[in-house]
Amino acid sequence: MDSTDTELEDIEVELLVRALQRRHGYDFGQYSPASLKRRIQQLAHTQGDGTISRLIERVLHEPGFLQVVLEGLSVPVSEMFRDPPVFRALREQVLPVLASYPQINIWQAGCAHGQEVYSLAILLEEEGLYERTQIYATDFNESALRQAQEGIYPAKEAQLWSRNYLEAGGRHTLADYYSARYELIKLDQRLRRNVIFANHNLVADEVFCEAQLVVCRNVLIYFSDALQDRTLALFRHSLVRGGFLCLGTRESLDFAPSAKDFTPVDAGLRIYRLGGRSAVRG
Amino acid sequence: MPAPQAVVLGCSAGGLAALETVLAQLDPALPQALIVCCHTGSSDVGLFCELLALHSALPVAEAAERHPARGGVVHVAPSGYHLLLETDHRFSLSIDPKVCYSRPAIDVLFASAAAAYRERLVGVLMTGANHDGASGLAEIRRRGGIAVVQDPQDAEAPSMPQAALDLAGADHCLPLQQIGPLLNRLCLP
Ligand SMILES: C[S@@+](CC[C@H](N)C(=O)[O-])C[C@H]1O[C@@H](n2cnc3c(N)ncnc32)[C@H](O)[C@@H]1O
Repeated sequence: MDSTDTELEDIEVELLVRALQRRHGYDFGQYSPASLKRRIQQLAHTQGDGTISRLIERVLHEPGFLQVVLEGLSVPVSEMFRDPPVFRALREQVLPVLASYPQINIWQAGCAHGQEVYSLAILLEEEGLYERTQIYATDFNESALRQAQEGIYPAKEAQLWSRNYLEAGGRHTLADYYSARYELIKLDQRLRRNVIFANHNLVADEVFCEAQLVVCRNVLIYFSDALQDRTLALFRHSLVRGGFLCLGTRESLDFAPSAKDFTPVDAGLRIYRLGGRSAVRG
Repeated sequence: MPAPQAVVLGCSAGGLAALETVLAQLDPALPQALIVCCHTGSSDVGLFCELLALHSALPVAEAAERHPARGGVVHVAPSGYHLLLETDHRFSLSIDPKVCYSRPAIDVLFASAAAAYRERLVGVLMTGANHDGASGLAEIRRRGGIAVVQDPQDAEAPSMPQAALDLAGADHCLPLQQIGPLLNRLCLP
Protein backbone atom coordinates (compact mmCIF):
# COMPACT_ATOMS: atom_id res chain seq x y z
CA MET A 1 0.00 0.00 0.00
CA ASP A 2 1.57 3.34 -0.92
CA SER A 3 0.54 6.68 0.50
CA THR A 4 -2.29 7.24 -1.97
CA ASP A 5 -3.80 3.91 -0.98
CA THR A 6 -3.75 4.79 2.68
CA GLU A 7 -5.34 8.14 1.98
CA LEU A 8 -7.94 6.36 -0.06
CA GLU A 9 -8.75 4.24 2.93
CA ASP A 10 -9.24 7.34 5.07
CA ILE A 11 -11.75 8.58 2.49
CA GLU A 12 -13.59 5.27 2.57
CA VAL A 13 -13.81 5.37 6.36
CA GLU A 14 -15.26 8.86 6.15
CA LEU A 15 -17.81 7.78 3.55
CA LEU A 16 -18.87 4.74 5.55
CA VAL A 17 -19.43 6.90 8.61
CA ARG A 18 -21.51 9.26 6.49
CA ALA A 19 -23.50 6.42 4.98
CA LEU A 20 -24.34 5.06 8.43
CA GLN A 21 -25.44 8.47 9.51
CA ARG A 22 -27.50 9.50 6.49
CA ARG A 23 -29.03 6.12 5.80
CA HIS A 24 -29.60 4.89 9.35
CA GLY A 25 -29.12 7.81 11.75
CA TYR A 26 -26.18 6.21 13.58
CA ASP A 27 -23.40 8.72 14.06
CA PHE A 28 -19.89 7.38 14.60
CA GLY A 29 -18.37 10.68 13.47
CA GLN A 30 -17.30 11.48 17.02
CA TYR A 31 -15.71 8.19 17.94
CA SER A 32 -11.93 8.10 18.46
CA PRO A 33 -10.69 7.61 14.92
CA ALA A 34 -7.80 5.21 15.50
CA SER A 35 -9.73 2.36 17.08
CA LEU A 36 -12.84 3.00 14.96
CA LYS A 37 -10.73 2.63 11.85
CA ARG A 38 -9.28 -0.60 13.13
CA ARG A 39 -12.71 -2.09 13.70
CA ILE A 40 -13.90 -0.91 10.29
CA GLN A 41 -10.90 -2.60 8.68
CA GLN A 42 -11.77 -5.81 10.50
CA LEU A 43 -15.38 -5.58 9.34
CA ALA A 44 -14.21 -5.01 5.79
CA HIS A 45 -12.23 -8.18 6.17
CA THR A 46 -15.06 -10.33 7.50
CA GLN A 47 -18.06 -8.73 5.78
CA GLY A 48 -16.84 -6.68 2.86
CA ASP A 49 -14.61 -8.90 0.74
CA GLY A 50 -11.71 -6.88 2.11
CA THR A 51 -12.85 -3.43 1.04
CA ILE A 52 -14.61 -0.69 2.96
CA SER A 53 -16.36 0.39 -0.24
CA ARG A 54 -18.17 -2.94 -0.29
CA LEU A 55 -19.28 -2.31 3.30
CA ILE A 56 -20.67 1.05 2.23
CA GLU A 57 -22.65 -0.56 -0.55
CA ARG A 58 -24.11 -3.14 1.81
CA VAL A 59 -24.93 -0.49 4.41
CA LEU A 60 -26.85 1.46 1.79
CA HIS A 61 -28.69 -1.35 0.07
CA GLU A 62 -28.98 -4.42 2.27
CA PRO A 63 -31.74 -4.53 4.83
CA GLY A 64 -30.46 -6.08 8.04
CA PHE A 65 -26.84 -5.26 7.38
CA LEU A 66 -26.94 -2.28 9.76
CA GLN A 67 -27.21 -4.70 12.69
CA VAL A 68 -24.11 -6.54 11.50
CA VAL A 69 -22.17 -3.29 11.32
CA LEU A 70 -23.33 -2.08 14.73
CA GLU A 71 -22.27 -5.36 16.25
CA GLY A 72 -18.90 -5.10 14.53
CA LEU A 73 -18.30 -1.53 15.66
CA SER A 74 -19.48 -2.07 19.22
CA VAL A 75 -16.99 -3.81 21.47
CA PRO A 76 -18.93 -5.93 23.92
CA VAL A 77 -15.82 -7.14 25.71
CA SER A 78 -16.22 -7.35 29.46
CA GLU A 79 -15.55 -9.30 32.64
CA MET A 80 -17.26 -9.87 35.94
CA PHE A 81 -15.72 -7.73 38.67
CA ARG A 82 -13.03 -6.42 36.33
CA ASP A 83 -10.70 -4.22 38.43
CA PRO A 84 -11.71 -5.76 41.77
CA PRO A 85 -10.64 -2.70 43.82
CA VAL A 86 -13.34 -0.70 42.03
CA PHE A 87 -16.05 -3.15 43.06
CA ARG A 88 -14.65 -3.23 46.57
CA ALA A 89 -14.87 0.56 46.72
CA LEU A 90 -18.44 0.46 45.41
CA ARG A 91 -19.26 -2.04 48.13
CA GLU A 92 -17.49 -0.25 50.96
CA GLN A 93 -17.81 3.42 50.07
CA VAL A 94 -20.69 3.91 47.70
CA LEU A 95 -23.37 1.41 48.72
CA PRO A 96 -23.40 2.57 52.36
CA VAL A 97 -24.34 6.05 51.11
CA LEU A 98 -26.92 4.70 48.68
CA ALA A 99 -28.43 2.78 51.59
CA SER A 100 -29.89 6.05 52.86
CA TYR A 101 -32.23 6.27 49.86
CA PRO A 102 -35.59 4.49 50.08
CA GLN A 103 -35.36 3.55 46.41
CA ILE A 104 -32.04 3.16 44.61
CA ASN A 105 -31.69 3.62 40.86
CA ILE A 106 -28.51 2.57 39.10
CA TRP A 107 -27.82 3.21 35.44
CA GLN A 108 -25.25 0.96 33.85
CA ALA A 109 -24.48 2.45 30.46
CA GLY A 110 -22.66 0.33 27.89
CA CYS A 111 -23.42 -2.95 29.67
CA ALA A 112 -22.03 -5.20 26.90
CA HIS A 113 -22.90 -8.84 27.65
CA GLY A 114 -24.03 -7.96 31.16
CA GLN A 115 -21.02 -9.11 33.16
CA GLU A 116 -20.97 -5.90 35.20
CA VAL A 117 -24.74 -5.93 35.63
CA TYR A 118 -24.62 -9.28 37.36
CA SER A 119 -21.59 -8.14 39.34
CA LEU A 120 -23.54 -5.13 40.62
CA ALA A 121 -26.59 -7.26 41.40
CA ILE A 122 -24.43 -9.61 43.47
CA LEU A 123 -22.89 -6.68 45.38
CA LEU A 124 -26.32 -5.25 46.14
CA GLU A 125 -27.68 -8.63 47.14
CA GLU A 126 -24.81 -9.22 49.55
CA GLU A 127 -25.16 -5.77 51.06
CA GLY A 128 -28.91 -6.28 51.58
CA LEU A 129 -29.92 -3.48 49.23
CA TYR A 130 -31.09 -5.30 46.16
CA GLU A 131 -34.79 -5.46 47.07
CA ARG A 132 -35.08 -1.69 46.80
CA THR A 133 -32.82 -1.26 43.82
CA GLN A 134 -33.62 -0.89 40.15
CA ILE A 135 -30.76 -1.37 37.70
CA TYR A 136 -31.18 0.08 34.23
CA ALA A 137 -28.71 -1.69 31.96
CA THR A 138 -28.35 -0.09 28.54
CA ASP A 139 -26.33 -0.58 25.40
CA PHE A 140 -26.85 0.19 21.73
CA ASN A 141 -25.85 -3.29 20.64
CA GLU A 142 -29.12 -5.25 20.44
CA SER A 143 -27.53 -8.67 20.27
CA ALA A 144 -25.26 -7.91 23.23
CA LEU A 145 -28.36 -6.90 25.20
CA ARG A 146 -30.05 -10.18 24.36
CA GLN A 147 -27.01 -12.10 25.57
CA ALA A 148 -26.88 -9.95 28.68
CA GLN A 149 -30.41 -11.01 29.56
CA GLU A 150 -29.51 -14.67 29.15
CA GLY A 151 -26.45 -14.41 31.37
CA ILE A 152 -24.67 -17.34 29.73
CA TYR A 153 -20.88 -17.23 29.45
CA PRO A 154 -18.01 -19.56 28.56
CA ALA A 155 -17.04 -21.65 31.58
CA LYS A 156 -13.36 -20.89 30.98
CA GLU A 157 -14.00 -17.34 32.25
CA ALA A 158 -15.24 -18.56 35.63
CA GLN A 159 -11.82 -18.97 37.18
CA LEU A 160 -10.72 -15.38 36.61
CA TRP A 161 -14.11 -14.00 37.54
CA SER A 162 -14.20 -16.01 40.78
CA ARG A 163 -10.83 -14.60 41.73
CA ASN A 164 -12.00 -11.08 40.88
CA TYR A 165 -15.13 -11.61 42.97
CA LEU A 166 -13.15 -12.60 46.03
CA GLU A 167 -10.70 -9.74 45.59
CA ALA A 168 -13.68 -7.43 45.39
CA GLY A 169 -14.71 -8.52 48.87
CA GLY A 170 -17.24 -11.20 47.86
CA ARG A 171 -18.82 -12.92 50.85
CA HIS A 172 -19.38 -16.34 49.32
CA THR A 173 -17.97 -17.94 46.21
CA LEU A 174 -18.99 -16.87 42.75
CA ALA A 175 -20.08 -20.44 42.04
CA ASP A 176 -23.01 -19.84 44.40
CA TYR A 177 -24.42 -17.54 41.72
CA TYR A 178 -24.14 -19.69 38.61
CA SER A 179 -24.76 -23.17 37.39
CA ALA A 180 -22.26 -24.84 35.10
CA ARG A 181 -23.17 -27.12 32.25
CA TYR A 182 -20.92 -28.38 29.48
CA GLU A 183 -18.62 -25.53 28.55
CA LEU A 184 -20.97 -22.84 29.83
CA ILE A 185 -22.03 -21.12 33.00
CA LYS A 186 -25.41 -19.51 33.49
CA LEU A 187 -25.89 -16.76 36.04
CA ASP A 188 -28.74 -17.22 38.53
CA GLN A 189 -31.69 -15.58 36.84
CA ARG A 190 -33.00 -14.32 40.15
CA LEU A 191 -30.17 -11.78 39.93
CA ARG A 192 -32.05 -10.29 37.02
CA ARG A 193 -35.28 -9.62 38.85
CA ASN A 194 -34.60 -5.92 39.35
CA VAL A 195 -32.79 -5.25 36.10
CA ILE A 196 -34.33 -3.56 33.10
CA PHE A 197 -32.33 -4.08 29.92
CA ALA A 198 -32.93 -1.42 27.28
CA ASN A 199 -31.50 -0.18 24.03
CA HIS A 200 -30.07 3.29 24.52
CA ASN A 201 -27.60 5.11 22.32
CA LEU A 202 -25.37 7.49 24.26
CA VAL A 203 -24.69 9.47 21.09
CA ALA A 204 -28.28 10.23 20.20
CA ASP A 205 -30.66 9.48 23.06
CA GLU A 206 -31.63 11.63 26.01
CA VAL A 207 -31.32 11.09 29.75
CA PHE A 208 -32.50 7.63 30.62
CA CYS A 209 -33.56 7.78 34.26
CA GLU A 210 -32.90 9.56 37.54
CA ALA A 211 -30.07 7.69 39.19
CA GLN A 212 -28.04 7.70 42.39
CA LEU A 213 -25.23 5.86 40.64
CA VAL A 214 -24.13 5.78 37.02
CA VAL A 215 -21.63 3.08 36.06
CA CYS A 216 -20.13 3.56 32.62
CA ARG A 217 -16.79 1.88 32.35
CA ASN A 218 -14.63 1.65 29.26
CA VAL A 219 -17.21 3.18 26.96
CA LEU A 220 -16.07 6.80 26.86
CA ILE A 221 -12.58 5.63 25.87
CA TYR A 222 -14.09 5.12 22.42
CA PHE A 223 -15.39 8.69 22.23
CA SER A 224 -13.65 11.88 21.07
CA ASP A 225 -13.28 14.71 23.61
CA ALA A 226 -16.47 16.47 22.50
CA LEU A 227 -18.61 13.33 22.68
CA GLN A 228 -17.07 12.34 26.00
CA ASP A 229 -17.99 15.75 27.36
CA ARG A 230 -21.52 15.57 26.00
CA THR A 231 -22.01 12.14 27.56
CA LEU A 232 -20.72 13.36 30.92
CA ALA A 233 -23.30 16.15 30.73
CA LEU A 234 -25.94 13.49 30.10
CA PHE A 235 -24.82 11.64 33.24
CA ARG A 236 -24.84 14.88 35.19
CA HIS A 237 -28.47 15.44 34.23
CA SER A 238 -29.33 11.89 35.12
CA LEU A 239 -27.71 11.92 38.56
CA VAL A 240 -29.33 13.22 41.72
CA ARG A 241 -27.26 15.78 43.60
CA GLY A 242 -24.50 13.90 45.40
CA GLY A 243 -24.98 10.93 43.08
CA PHE A 244 -22.01 8.78 42.09
CA LEU A 245 -20.31 8.24 38.75
CA CYS A 246 -17.98 5.31 38.13
CA LEU A 247 -15.77 5.24 35.02
CA GLY A 248 -13.06 2.89 33.77
CA THR A 249 -9.79 3.03 35.71
CA ARG A 250 -7.71 4.40 32.85
CA GLU A 251 -10.14 7.05 31.60
CA SER A 252 -9.06 10.66 31.65
CA LEU A 253 -11.36 13.59 32.40
CA ASP A 254 -8.62 16.14 31.76
CA PHE A 255 -10.11 17.30 28.46
CA ALA A 256 -13.78 17.42 29.45
CA PRO A 257 -15.18 20.73 30.72
CA SER A 258 -18.16 18.90 32.27
CA ALA A 259 -15.77 17.11 34.64
CA LYS A 260 -15.72 20.22 36.82
CA ASP A 261 -19.15 19.23 38.15
CA PHE A 262 -17.78 16.01 39.59
CA THR A 263 -15.65 15.64 42.72
CA PRO A 264 -13.38 12.62 43.09
CA VAL A 265 -14.30 10.12 45.77
CA ASP A 266 -11.40 7.94 44.70
CA ALA A 267 -9.63 9.53 41.76
CA GLY A 268 -7.43 6.49 41.10
CA LEU A 269 -10.45 4.22 40.79
CA ARG A 270 -12.37 6.90 38.82
CA ILE A 271 -15.25 7.15 41.25
CA TYR A 272 -16.77 10.62 41.46
CA ARG A 273 -19.68 12.43 43.07
CA LEU A 274 -21.82 15.05 41.47
CA GLY A 275 -21.40 18.48 43.03
CA GLY A 276 -18.66 20.31 44.88
CA ARG A 277 -17.31 19.03 48.16
CA SER A 278 -19.73 21.09 50.22
CA ALA A 279 -22.72 19.87 48.23
CA VAL A 280 -22.08 16.23 48.87
CA ARG A 281 -21.40 16.28 52.60
CA GLY A 282 -23.52 13.82 54.56
CA MET B 1 14.94 13.03 5.10
CA PRO B 2 13.13 14.73 8.01
CA ALA B 3 14.02 13.41 11.48
CA PRO B 4 11.62 10.93 13.10
CA GLN B 5 9.07 12.31 15.56
CA ALA B 6 8.54 9.14 17.54
CA VAL B 7 9.97 5.71 18.29
CA VAL B 8 7.68 2.78 19.08
CA LEU B 9 9.18 -0.26 20.79
CA GLY B 10 7.62 -3.70 21.16
CA CYS B 11 8.76 -6.75 23.09
CA SER B 12 7.45 -9.69 25.05
CA ALA B 13 9.29 -12.50 26.86
CA GLY B 14 12.62 -11.10 28.03
CA GLY B 15 11.38 -7.60 27.24
CA LEU B 16 12.16 -5.91 30.53
CA ALA B 17 15.87 -6.66 30.34
CA ALA B 18 15.99 -5.75 26.65
CA LEU B 19 14.29 -2.41 27.27
CA GLU B 20 16.59 -1.67 30.17
CA THR B 21 19.59 -2.15 27.89
CA VAL B 22 18.20 0.03 25.11
CA LEU B 23 16.87 2.84 27.28
CA ALA B 24 20.13 3.03 29.25
CA GLN B 25 22.04 3.81 26.07
CA LEU B 26 19.79 6.56 24.79
CA ASP B 27 20.98 10.12 24.59
CA PRO B 28 19.06 12.10 27.23
CA ALA B 29 18.67 14.91 24.70
CA LEU B 30 16.44 12.85 22.36
CA PRO B 31 13.53 15.05 21.33
CA GLN B 32 11.33 12.15 20.17
CA ALA B 33 8.46 10.55 22.02
CA LEU B 34 9.24 6.92 22.85
CA ILE B 35 6.29 4.58 23.17
CA VAL B 36 6.62 1.08 24.58
CA CYS B 37 4.34 -1.92 24.36
CA CYS B 38 5.59 -4.91 26.35
CA HIS B 39 3.51 -7.96 27.27
CA THR B 40 4.12 -8.04 30.99
CA GLY B 41 1.16 -10.18 32.00
CA SER B 42 0.78 -8.10 35.15
CA SER B 43 -2.34 -6.11 35.97
CA ASP B 44 -0.50 -2.88 36.65
CA VAL B 45 2.49 -1.53 34.75
CA GLY B 46 3.37 0.90 37.54
CA LEU B 47 6.11 -1.33 38.90
CA PHE B 48 7.36 -2.08 35.39
CA CYS B 49 7.70 1.68 34.76
CA GLU B 50 9.64 2.11 38.00
CA LEU B 51 12.05 -0.67 37.07
CA LEU B 52 12.62 0.85 33.64
CA ALA B 53 13.13 4.30 35.12
CA LEU B 54 16.06 2.96 37.18
CA HIS B 55 17.95 2.36 33.94
CA SER B 56 16.47 4.80 31.48
CA ALA B 57 18.23 7.95 30.39
CA LEU B 58 14.79 9.50 29.85
CA PRO B 59 11.79 9.80 32.19
CA VAL B 60 9.34 6.86 32.07
CA ALA B 61 5.58 7.12 32.57
CA GLU B 62 2.45 5.13 31.84
CA ALA B 63 0.75 6.48 28.71
CA ALA B 64 -2.29 8.48 29.76
CA GLU B 65 -5.55 8.38 27.82
CA ARG B 66 -6.18 11.48 25.65
CA HIS B 67 -2.84 13.03 26.62
CA PRO B 68 -0.29 13.84 23.93
CA ALA B 69 2.81 11.72 23.37
CA ARG B 70 5.57 14.00 24.63
CA GLY B 71 9.06 14.34 23.27
CA GLY B 72 11.86 13.12 25.53
CA VAL B 73 9.53 10.83 27.51
CA VAL B 74 9.19 7.04 27.47
CA HIS B 75 5.46 6.23 27.52
CA VAL B 76 4.44 2.69 28.48
CA ALA B 77 1.17 1.04 27.42
CA PRO B 78 -1.08 0.35 30.43
CA SER B 79 -2.02 -3.23 31.28
CA GLY B 80 -5.24 -4.64 29.93
CA TYR B 81 -5.76 -2.01 27.21
CA HIS B 82 -4.64 -1.59 23.66
CA LEU B 83 -2.72 1.65 23.26
CA LEU B 84 -3.26 3.63 20.06
CA LEU B 85 -2.07 6.92 18.66
CA GLU B 86 -4.44 9.37 17.04
CA THR B 87 -3.35 11.51 14.12
CA ASP B 88 -2.93 14.47 16.49
CA HIS B 89 -0.37 12.34 18.39
CA ARG B 90 -2.55 11.86 21.45
CA PHE B 91 -3.10 8.50 23.10
CA SER B 92 -6.29 6.46 22.88
CA LEU B 93 -7.11 3.25 24.71
CA SER B 94 -9.38 0.40 23.74
CA ILE B 95 -10.40 -2.91 25.26
CA ASP B 96 -11.09 -4.52 21.91
CA PRO B 97 -10.38 -8.25 21.89
CA LYS B 98 -6.83 -9.46 22.36
CA VAL B 99 -4.58 -9.60 19.32
CA CYS B 100 -2.03 -12.45 19.29
CA TYR B 101 -3.36 -13.37 22.75
CA SER B 102 -2.21 -9.96 23.97
CA ARG B 103 -3.72 -6.74 25.18
CA PRO B 104 -1.89 -4.44 24.86
CA ALA B 105 -0.82 -5.73 21.45
CA ILE B 106 2.22 -4.43 19.63
CA ASP B 107 0.43 -4.71 16.26
CA VAL B 108 -2.28 -2.31 17.41
CA LEU B 109 0.21 0.27 18.68
CA PHE B 110 2.46 0.01 15.64
CA ALA B 111 -0.32 0.21 13.05
CA SER B 112 -1.92 3.25 14.65
CA ALA B 113 1.46 4.95 15.14
CA ALA B 114 2.28 4.26 11.49
CA ALA B 115 -0.90 6.07 10.45
CA ALA B 116 -0.20 8.94 12.85
CA TYR B 117 3.51 9.53 12.14
CA ARG B 118 3.86 8.01 8.68
CA GLU B 119 7.48 8.19 7.48
CA ARG B 120 8.56 10.04 10.60
CA LEU B 121 8.46 6.94 12.78
CA VAL B 122 10.96 4.33 13.91
CA GLY B 123 9.60 0.93 14.96
CA VAL B 124 11.74 -1.36 17.11
CA LEU B 125 10.84 -5.00 17.64
CA MET B 126 12.76 -7.12 20.10
CA THR B 127 12.70 -10.41 21.98
CA GLY B 128 9.43 -12.29 22.36
CA ALA B 129 7.87 -15.71 22.08
CA ASN B 130 4.96 -15.11 19.70
CA HIS B 131 4.43 -13.20 16.45
CA ASP B 132 2.89 -9.97 17.72
CA GLY B 133 4.35 -6.87 16.06
CA ALA B 134 5.16 -8.44 12.71
CA SER B 135 2.17 -7.02 10.84
CA GLY B 136 2.47 -3.72 12.70
CA LEU B 137 6.07 -3.42 11.63
CA ALA B 138 5.07 -4.17 8.04
CA GLU B 139 2.57 -1.33 8.29
CA ILE B 140 5.29 1.03 9.55
CA ARG B 141 7.44 0.18 6.54
CA ARG B 142 4.53 0.58 4.14
CA ARG B 143 4.10 4.12 5.42
CA GLY B 144 7.77 4.87 4.90
CA GLY B 145 8.89 4.52 8.51
CA ILE B 146 12.09 2.79 9.63
CA ALA B 147 11.99 -0.78 10.95
CA VAL B 148 14.58 -1.98 13.46
CA VAL B 149 14.57 -5.64 14.53
CA GLN B 150 16.73 -7.29 17.15
CA ASP B 151 18.82 -10.06 15.61
CA PRO B 152 16.88 -13.24 16.53
CA GLN B 153 20.14 -15.02 17.35
CA ASP B 154 20.79 -12.39 19.97
CA ALA B 155 17.27 -12.42 21.42
CA GLU B 156 16.28 -14.21 24.61
CA ALA B 157 13.15 -15.38 22.73
CA PRO B 158 13.79 -15.36 18.98
CA SER B 159 10.36 -16.10 17.49
CA MET B 160 8.95 -12.57 17.60
CA PRO B 161 11.85 -10.82 15.86
CA GLN B 162 12.08 -13.75 13.44
CA ALA B 163 8.37 -13.49 12.58
CA ALA B 164 8.86 -9.77 11.95
CA LEU B 165 11.82 -10.38 9.66
CA ASP B 166 9.85 -12.99 7.75
CA LEU B 167 6.78 -10.83 7.25
CA ALA B 168 8.06 -7.26 7.22
CA GLY B 169 11.78 -7.42 6.75
CA ALA B 170 13.85 -4.70 8.40
CA ASP B 171 15.92 -1.63 7.62
CA HIS B 172 18.26 -2.57 10.46
CA CYS B 173 18.69 -5.98 12.08
CA LEU B 174 21.23 -5.98 14.88
CA PRO B 175 22.06 -7.19 18.39
CA LEU B 176 20.51 -5.55 21.41
CA GLN B 177 23.66 -3.70 22.43
CA GLN B 178 23.66 -1.78 19.17
CA ILE B 179 20.01 -0.73 19.14
CA GLY B 180 20.34 2.21 21.55
CA PRO B 181 23.29 3.75 19.69
CA LEU B 182 21.46 3.26 16.37
CA LEU B 183 18.40 5.07 17.72
CA ASN B 184 20.61 7.97 18.79
CA ARG B 185 22.01 8.19 15.27
CA LEU B 186 18.62 7.96 13.62
CA CYS B 187 16.97 10.43 15.95
CA LEU B 188 19.48 13.14 16.64
CA PRO B 189 19.99 15.72 13.90
C1 LIG C 1 -15.83 -2.36 25.97
S1 LIG C 1 -17.51 -2.48 26.40
C2 LIG C 1 -17.49 -2.09 28.12
C3 LIG C 1 -18.15 -3.14 28.95
C4 LIG C 1 -18.09 -2.95 30.44
N1 LIG C 1 -18.66 -1.69 30.86
C5 LIG C 1 -16.69 -3.13 30.97
O1 LIG C 1 -16.00 -2.14 31.19
O2 LIG C 1 -16.27 -4.27 31.16
C6 LIG C 1 -18.17 -1.06 25.61
C7 LIG C 1 -19.66 -1.13 25.40
O3 LIG C 1 -20.14 0.18 25.08
C8 LIG C 1 -21.16 0.06 24.13
N2 LIG C 1 -21.31 1.32 23.38
C9 LIG C 1 -20.43 1.88 22.51
N3 LIG C 1 -20.96 3.00 21.99
C10 LIG C 1 -22.19 3.15 22.57
C11 LIG C 1 -23.22 4.11 22.42
N4 LIG C 1 -23.11 5.13 21.59
N5 LIG C 1 -24.34 3.96 23.17
C12 LIG C 1 -24.47 2.91 24.01
N6 LIG C 1 -23.54 1.96 24.18
C13 LIG C 1 -22.41 2.08 23.47
C14 LIG C 1 -20.69 -1.08 23.25
O4 LIG C 1 -21.78 -1.66 22.56
C15 LIG C 1 -20.07 -2.04 24.26
O5 LIG C 1 -20.97 -2.99 24.69
